[in-house]
Amino acid sequence: MYQLINTILIGITSGAIYSLMAIALVLVWRSARVVNFAQAGQALLSTYIGYEFIQKFHSFWLALLLAMIAGAAVSALIDATFMRTLFRRAGHGPIAGVAPIIATLGLLGVIRSGLGLIVGGKDVRIAPPVSNVGYTVSGHTLAFSPLKLLVVGSVLILMLVLSLLFQRTNVGLALRASAYSPEIARLAGVRVDGMRTLGWALAGAAGAAAGMLQTPDGSGALSPDSLEFSLLLVFGFIAAVIGGLESLVGAVVGGLLLGMVLAFVLIYISTSLVFITAFALLIVVLLVKPGGLIGSRRGRRA
Amino acid sequence: MTLVVSDLSVDHGAIRAIDGISFRIEEGQMAAVIGANGAGKTTLLRALSGLTRATMGSATWQGHELLYSKPEKLVRLGVSHVSEGKSVIPELTVDENLQLGALWRRNSEESRATREKILETFPRLAERLSQPADTLSGGERAMLAIGRALMSKPQLLLLDEPSLGLAPLIVEQIFQSIRDLTTHMGLTVILVEQNAMSALKIADFGIVLNLGRIAAMNSAQQLIFDPQVRAAYLGY
Amino acid sequence: MRKFMNSYFGRLAFFIVLGFVLFLASNRVDELRVYQGATVAMYVVAISSLILLTGYSGQVSLGHGALLAIGGYAAALARNHFSAPIWLCFVVAIVATAMAGAVIGTAAARLSGPYLAGSTLALAVGLPSIANQFHILGGEQGLLFDLGAPPARLGADFTQYKWYFWIASVVALIAIWLLQNILRSRFGRTWRAVRSNEVAAELAGIHVGKSKTLAFTVSAGLAGLAGALLAMTIGTVSPSAFPLTLSFALLTGAVLSGVTTLSGVIIGALVLVATPDIADAISNRFASSDNVTTNLPGLLVSSLLILVVLLVPNGPVEQMRTLRARRSVKKTQ
Repeated sequence: MYQLINTILIGITSGAIYSLMAIALVLVWRSARVVNFAQAGQALLSTYIGYEFIQKFHSFWLALLLAMIAGAAVSALIDATFMRTLFRRAGHGPIAGVAPIIATLGLLGVIRSGLGLIVGGKDVRIAPPVSNVGYTVSGHTLAFSPLKLLVVGSVLILMLVLSLLFQRTNVGLALRASAYSPEIARLAGVRVDGMRTLGWALAGAAGAAAGMLQTPDGSGALSPDSLEFSLLLVFGFIAAVIGGLESLVGAVVGGLLLGMVLAFVLIYISTSLVFITAFALLIVVLLVKPGGLIGSRRGRRA
Repeated sequence: MTLVVSDLSVDHGAIRAIDGISFRIEEGQMAAVIGANGAGKTTLLRALSGLTRATMGSATWQGHELLYSKPEKLVRLGVSHVSEGKSVIPELTVDENLQLGALWRRNSEESRATREKILETFPRLAERLSQPADTLSGGERAMLAIGRALMSKPQLLLLDEPSLGLAPLIVEQIFQSIRDLTTHMGLTVILVEQNAMSALKIADFGIVLNLGRIAAMNSAQQLIFDPQVRAAYLGY
Repeated sequence: MRKFMNSYFGRLAFFIVLGFVLFLASNRVDELRVYQGATVAMYVVAISSLILLTGYSGQVSLGHGALLAIGGYAAALARNHFSAPIWLCFVVAIVATAMAGAVIGTAAARLSGPYLAGSTLALAVGLPSIANQFHILGGEQGLLFDLGAPPARLGADFTQYKWYFWIASVVALIAIWLLQNILRSRFGRTWRAVRSNEVAAELAGIHVGKSKTLAFTVSAGLAGLAGALLAMTIGTVSPSAFPLTLSFALLTGAVLSGVTTLSGVIIGALVLVATPDIADAISNRFASSDNVTTNLPGLLVSSLLILVVLLVPNGPVEQMRTLRARRSVKKTQ
């Protein structure tokens, strides 16, 4: 009984982190029709920056906020310089479809190795800001602690804020219009390029949050070779694709679904089947709905 | 405050879509641009609104050069373009499409007044405010597109084939509404149309484009009775 | 001269001559270079499979490493359980991976851009870990793949690595020659048509789904062959021989070569093999920590990738062709 509850709780907590990464990927996809493979790398970089802020200010919360701002700034910079140049040079040739994938993969490699060069070998840890000891219910320890509550809560709040931003504000309207029909948005006076960069910035902030929240929850250690980083990279992406890349809700659904399925496989079957399960889940979802679970109504319009 | 176009040329790769055309439109007038498919009508509007980069020439409006700028900038100069076919964003609601036009404006009082006027002229839109735009009929979409353009508080309105795909009766209604609204707001209008008769009937003067050049230019009335124009474009 | 080169026999002659040149060269360089040469040959086959899939057929694969794994394991199993001769091991690798490719390809044909990328990524990560589950696949240690010593009639001086180099080079030459023929045939034209505009291709009577699946199958066969070559050069197959970074490296190599044409494939292969060497040289020169040695190759390759995509997106070969064409246009003006 408690094993079941714990499995569900683990599924929710890990799923929340994957959702956050997926949200970042969906934000860039919707703004720019690009899958940003470097997102996890950016998240890692932002988390390092957050670590430095913790050393300086001794406050996790302040560091989290600053890391998110830094993440947003780095992301916006990447769009305004790197991606814009890329589209100018390779946007119309035979590799137009593949170029952004390759470029962001290259960026991921640069960030990852670059970080490894600079801080690799050093022991970088982020301690949890609140206790990570599980709550106890009638003598049983749950796989849920104040820290995990924090993680899940943060994801929910972020999702809420982003949804409100998109649906209820003028900026959100401009963002959506720019993503759906850039030409018409331009004719209505919307600065479409600026909106695209804003989308990247928001994604950078979300990724930073994912990194900052995930690190203290695991071993606490921060490193480009760590398992956590690989999980962030691969599972965040799979979650986004399962959800359909077209909606924030899809990102959350994809993340939670992936988290739950993996948790059950992890606890009830075997730890080594985790990656292959993720793959199987992805294939099953795409076979049934080639556009992801919450696919776009417009159908394929890539 | 006239629109003065001189020696405008636009190339599409190796093809010269518009070849050195010049014309003037006085403030507050409506010019109908008619011609066969491929004559360059849409290209003309796209060059004026910044969607397509002109190759040569100039177009001045209120002291500003319109060509070679980005569309977003031109909207702020008062140029509003309803492009051919894809003029509304289907995923947004009717209300959101309208709001979109007014986003760059600061004055919400004026925006509200414009919105009232548009909804008054097109009551069908008022009924469907919260529906996604892809549930609208062809005629309603045309109305919405025009409404969105008007929300930008334009002074120069560029309309690309608003009658496309619409039943003749709706076309009559919409054209009349266009004339009413633009006269009421004092807009200068360029109306590109395949439906030459309907366009010339509401316009002040007309330009006939053929293969990127101006074949005829006269007051609308004169063109309606011009035998060559009648034979080629008016069907009688 | 160009006409001869473009003809069927011209190209065949080219490959035969190339083969002789390689044979002569291998007698003059040391063991390390010969070993690297075998690796280059392996990369040539692997990268060409990606050029086919992505450059010609327009499908992105982030998971070709998994296909190499299938080929490698198939070859090892054929050798270990059936004592198959060398050539048969390779054939088994090709066939097994091609069959897997056909299955994956039918699913992949329905997916577009990012969804295809996502699925292949998951494949790259998930497939090798299957090997851990099954005892017959050797688990984490993997299986041995030993092709045996070079035949006695080649002389006592003929080293093991030279033998590998020979096999790899011959295999690569044959594979590339065959691939070039396929790409020049109507299959190649069909793939290109589908890549530029699926709807137009469909309207022209091309069965898009079948075409894409065929591309995947052939590409997989080649990848499997490369996997067998890889297994040969390192002597074992195990999950750790086919990490995610391998898939990324192959994609990098394809872009460096110019993903739309086969002519530059040697460039990508050389860069992939040379980079760890160069990185080592740099870090030795500056007497750096372990840190630097592990990360420098990756940094170099990724930076190179970004530079190539930004500066020479169609690859160096196409870029030179365009330059040459522009220069000749200028001359006639």
